[in-house]
Amino acid sequence: MTMPALKAETTLPLPASVATVHNLTVRRAPAMERFLAEGTAMAGRLLPPVIVISGLLLLWELLCGHAGSSLPPPSQVISDTWELIVDPFYDRGGLDKGLFWHMSASLQRVGLGYAMAALAGVALGTLVGQSTWAMRGLDPIFQVLRTVPPLAWLPLSLAAFRQGHPAAIFVIFITAIWPIIINTAVGIRNIPQDYRNVAAVLRLNHLEFFWKIMVPSAAPYIFTGLRIGIGLSWLAIVAAEMLIGGVGIGFFIWDAWNSSHMSEIILALFYVGITGFILDRIVAGVAHLVTRGTSAS
Amino acid sequence: MTAYLQIDHVDKSFKRGSTTSEVLKDITLTIARGEFVSIIGHSGCGKSTLLNIVAGLLPVTSGAVLLEGKEVNEPGPDRAVVFQNHSLLPWLTVYDNVRMGVDKVFSRTKSRAERDAWTLHNLDLVQMTHAKDKRPSEISGGMKQRVGIARALAMEPKVLLLDEPFGALDALTRAHLQDSVMSLQQKLGNTVLMITHDVDEAVLLSDRIVMMTNGPSARIGELLDVPLPRPRKRLEMATNATYLKCRQRVLEFLYERHHFVEAA
Repeated sequence: MTMPALKAETTLPLPASVATVHNLTVRRAPAMERFLAEGTAMAGRLLPPVIVISGLLLLWELLCGHAGSSLPPPSQVISDTWELIVDPFYDRGGLDKGLFWHMSASLQRVGLGYAMAALAGVALGTLVGQSTWAMRGLDPIFQVLRTVPPLAWLPLSLAAFRQGHPAAIFVIFITAIWPIIINTAVGIRNIPQDYRNVAAVLRLNHLEFFWKIMVPSAAPYIFTGLRIGIGLSWLAIVAAEMLIGGVGIGFFIWDAWNSSHMSEIILALFYVGITGFILDRIVAGVAHLVTRGTSAS
Repeated sequence: MTAYLQIDHVDKSFKRGSTTSEVLKDITLTIARGEFVSIIGHSGCGKSTLLNIVAGLLPVTSGAVLLEGKEVNEPGPDRAVVFQNHSLLPWLTVYDNVRMGVDKVFSRTKSRAERDAWTLHNLDLVQMTHAKDKRPSEISGGMKQRVGIARALAMEPKVLLLDEPFGALDALTRAHLQDSVMSLQQKLGNTVLMITHDVDEAVLLSDRIVMMTNGPSARIGELLDVPLPRPRKRLEMATNATYLKCRQRVLEFLYERHHFVEAA
């Protein structure tokens, strides 16, 4: 029984000496050292993607570099499409436009269809989340319709609108709306009873309840739906534009395929990927701004 | 004693499918203006149900709740509730949480500047002015409950309802907050109805203690007056004969005559 007590006594002075040594090193640490530490941390984040991407490009160059390869290597992609890369704004009339115009046409369709889906989706989701009757009535329809692939809507949409442009917008709308509805409904249904009690004690009316309790409380869920929605919209637009034609990145890819311009397809895919990534980041950024403080209770 | 808040022959039963379970049976209680009344009982006895009925969050099955002689059957700011888990809105700052209630209750009677001053005054009462721009996630549990109390006080309720307000706090914070509530009630003269399962808390804070029997069909088992002068000092109470006698009575009621039986 006495042993541990003795041990404890002998170890007592040790931490004190450690502490003084530590103090000295802290005092000596200059700005230079901190700068170095931050530099290493940044290199640690940047190096892995740089190495992996260069490795993959090298592998691609090696695999497709020989004569008679069915796909062009990265060096050839860049030399083939140099004109498109440096001048995205040219417009020679008709469908012969720079990539900027194609992307901008696609983005406009997505913007319109997605905006309508966001409005209608949040409204319908609120209805389904608030009313058990509406939920029971509409949920089976939603569950079946949301599994229909986006392109399956296109023929019907073309028949209804008789024009490519609104038909494509409708396809975006119908693709993006389901995750928005479903996530909004879950968010509304998950509003804690506590918040409803607070609203009841304060006698908030329906409009105040909607703006002051429902929207902020369900915002994280709504934004999850909106993020899935923007991703799906961007997926659907390329496929829809391949079929309806006209200006747009989907048509650009289809046109390049018909003219056997493989390099142009690869460049377009790169643009599509980057744009999809940026769209996702934008929605995530808005979500971060709006829901600040909501997730942590 | 003049009746301010009256709970008159209240029964409450819940229906689930074909089975009906009776939670409260014939509860009658009269509370005077400025009185501090605690309701104590084992968990599951329906004391929170009773508070929710007074708050108007649950309808009575039969009987009525009367405030100043008028029946109340829906929630309202005249019976502000301090919830057990604070229930602050996490997307609003401390100030905005209190201000929301102030804006709603005094939208017609106070100007914008007056509402701002009134919000700050109530935050000051619970010593939370320093954190007015923080969000609930950035302050401690005890601080959140202080803000919850400020929000309720700021509505100038006729009756302040406390639903196990200190249950989720550690012992030291709880003692500190009990002292705050005691001095605030002394200063403002609020009528308070508090739910608790802590015997010391009940005796220290209350003018009267309502002891409830075990459910189902819980009744008021016993009423106990706590004839201790105010202000009461926590440390002096430890040796005060009246305090110890009251405490003994409540303990006897809870652990001998209405021993808690775990529901099957």
